[in-house]
Formats: sequence, structure tokens, C-alpha cells
Amino acid sequence: MEYLVAFLLGIINAMLVQNTILSKFLGICPFLGVSKKPESSVGMGFAVLFVITLSTVICWPIYQYVLVPAGIPFMDTIVFILVIASLVQICGLFIKKFSPSLYKSLGIYLPLITTNCAVLGTVQLNNSLTFLNSVGNALGTSFGFMLVIFVFSCIRVRLDNSNVPKAFKGLPIALITAAIMALAFVGLVFNFVN
Amino acid sequence: MENKTSHKENFLKGIISENPLFVSILGTCPALATTRSLESAIGMGILFTIVLISSNLLISLLRKIIPEEVKTPAYIVVIATFVTIVGMLTNAYLPELYDTLGVYISLIVVNCIVLGRAEAYASKNKPLDSLIDALGMGVGYSLSIMLMGLVREILGTGMITFGDIFTFIPRFSIPLLAYVNSAGIPVYDYSIGLFTQPAGAFIVFAIILAILAFKKNRKEENEKATQLLLKKKKKEEEAKLKEMEGANK
Repeated sequence: MEYLVAFLLGIINAMLVQNTILSKFLGICPFLGVSKKPESSVGMGFAVLFVITLSTVICWPIYQYVLVPAGIPFMDTIVFILVIASLVQICGLFIKKFSPSLYKSLGIYLPLITTNCAVLGTVQLNNSLTFLNSVGNALGTSFGFMLVIFVFSCIRVRLDNSNVPKAFKGLPIALITAAIMALAFVGLVFNFVN
Repeated sequence: MENKTSHKENFLKGIISENPLFVSILGTCPALATTRSLESAIGMGILFTIVLISSNLLISLLRKIIPEEVKTPAYIVVIATFVTIVGMLTNAYLPELYDTLGVYISLIVVNCIVLGRAEAYASKNKPLDSLIDALGMGVGYSLSIMLMGLVREILGTGMITFGDIFTFIPRFSIPLLAYVNSAGIPVYDYSIGLFTQPAGAFIVFAIILAILAFKKNRKEENEKATQLLLKKKKKEEEAKLKEMEGANK
């Protein structure tokens, strides 16, 4: 029971309080790049969920049972990035086979999950946690990513039809929207702590 | 002489016309996360430039050896190696900087600019050109995040503090948005704490981009207006010529 509570709290903490995008600034590139349509943002969210969770499940044992006993924990960046890169390849083949339309809409951004800092960042921050907590953290991070990118893409669809000052058109107004969302999440932090 | 100017242009393009942060919108994560203060932005800029220069140089030297099929993984391994070296050196000599930047040091590996320059430039050009390209991009990126750090620190805390992260210089701060009250103590009532928080980073970045877009729009409009004027003048001249011809007849 204790473990379950810690696990669930870990998920909620990573999803809302320490949100990947809005408070840790990880994964901003896909957040700005793939959020033009709600459908492709959900697809990106699922791809990230798949890659983050699997790479945590693989990288955590590698770190604890191979790198630390061998005395080379500083090699973690190189090892993790290779694991993630190969996982992204597999994920790409998987999506291509089962959902060609999603593969088409994700397009260039699928290989870019390799260079999505949310994945490497989460996996590295998991080094100091237990296995169960790091899986919870990975799940929460990817749910948080999905939530924010989906909400943001819905707002962006509306923004396209609204009358924005010319200089703010496109990216600047999107960033201002992100700032307001980040403010809302700061409010969540205070409520959660109190 | 011709070669020299091209080197200069190669260096300057990274700072102005192809600025990685403000023009290509690459490397946004560290630009938002490590610009809470000017000092951490400077630290991030230096580490980033070192990694970019060394990886670009090595990749350019190896460009004929690395086979086409395993290009990207090979580049990533080269970059990750340099990031690990830089991270360990920082941990040893500037532990405060290492603690402040935290996970973002190892995240230089997945910074799109480094891999992008390796793919787009270093894999096709000679070592010296790649070195200058990397230097320009690194300096351009560092200046951009320093600008963001400067704005955020002044608006967020009302002063600029040095010496917290680079501990080898004595700690001092320059009060900017402060006034001295009757008891002689500087008060920072004009600072906006929001700007040291995540939301502030987004706002500062958005406003800088908007200013750039505004300038670009105005330039385009000016050009259009001058072109219209030129067309008008031409038409008038033609009309005059026709009149003259008619008068001559």
C-alpha cells in the first residue's frame, strides 16, 4: 500500500507539480513544433510516452547494475543516448507498421524524439530514485507532456483565427500562451505544497 | 584577402543572420531553463561553445572516415563524449556552476544546434571553416541567452549579482531597480518576481521574438513603399516623355 501511494504521488508530482515543459523546460522543441494540430500532438504524446517509459525500464537497471558496479557512472550520458536512439528507431518502425497515417503526420519529428531533452533528462534524473519511483516518474512526465501539448495545441488552433498584433503572430503569441499556462501550474505548486 | 572576408562572414552569420536561438529557434530548452540569472547564462554559454567547437572540429576531421549510414549515431557519440568531459571538468573546478546547471549540462548532447551544425556544416566542410562556423554559432547563442539572462535578472531581482556561481571573483551586486529609503537601506520594490519563474522566461523570449518580427515587418513595408514610389516615379517620367514626344510632333 505504501509503495502504491508513493508511486501514485510520484506520477501526480511529475505530471502537474514538476511539469516537464512548463516548470523544467524539457522538450520545448516538440512542444512548439508539433503543437499546430491536436491530432499530431496526441500522436507525439504517445510516442514520447512509449519511449520515455521503455528507456527508463532499460536504462535504470543498466545504470544501477552495470555502470555503478563497474565504477563508470560518468558514462551514463553516452550509454543512455545510445539506448534512446535505438528505441526511437524501433518505435518508428512500430508506428509505421500499425498506423501509417500517424507516421505520416509525425513526419520529421519522430527521429527528433532522440534529441528530445525530455527523454534524456527524465532518464538521467531517475538515477537517484528507486526502480518503482522512476517508472512512476517516467509515466507522470509523459502524461504531463501529453496533457500540456494537447491543451496547448487546442489553444493554438483558436489562436490561428484570432486577431493578433502582426508582430506577435505565430511563435511569440504561442510563447505568451505558454507563459500563462506556466503561471497556472505555479498556482498548482503552491496549492500542492500547502 | 577574399578568403579573409569569407571567414569573417562565416563567423558573423552565426551571430546575426543565422542566429541559432532567435532566427532558427533552436536550443530553446537551455535558453529558457538556464537564464534565471546572467551568471548562469554566461556559464551555460561558455560550456555550450566549448562543446560545439570541439565536436565540430573532430567531426570535420573525421568526415571522410565516418560512413554515411552510421553518420548520426557516430556524431551523437562524439558530442556525448565531449559533453561528458566538459561536465566532469566543471564538476571538478566550478562545482557551483555544475550544481546550478544540473541536468542541463548533459542535455547539451540533445541540443539541436550541436547536432544540426555537425550534420549541416562540419560533415561537409574543412576543419578551419567548421571551427569558425562553430565559434560564430557558439558566440551567437551565448550572446542571445546572456541577453535573456540579463533582462530576466534585472526585472526579476532588481539587480545583477556576480560571484555566486563563478566563485573565483569576489561577490558583488549592481543595484539597478532599487531606491534607497529613509533608513539608508536599498529597497527592491520595483522588481517583478515573476521573471525569475518559468513563466517569465516564456514572456521574455516571446517579447524578444516579437521585437525582431516587428523590425522585420517594418523593413519589408519600407522596402515595399520605396518600390511603389520608384514605380510611380517611373510612370510619371514615362508620361512626361510621352508628352514631350507629343509636343515635339
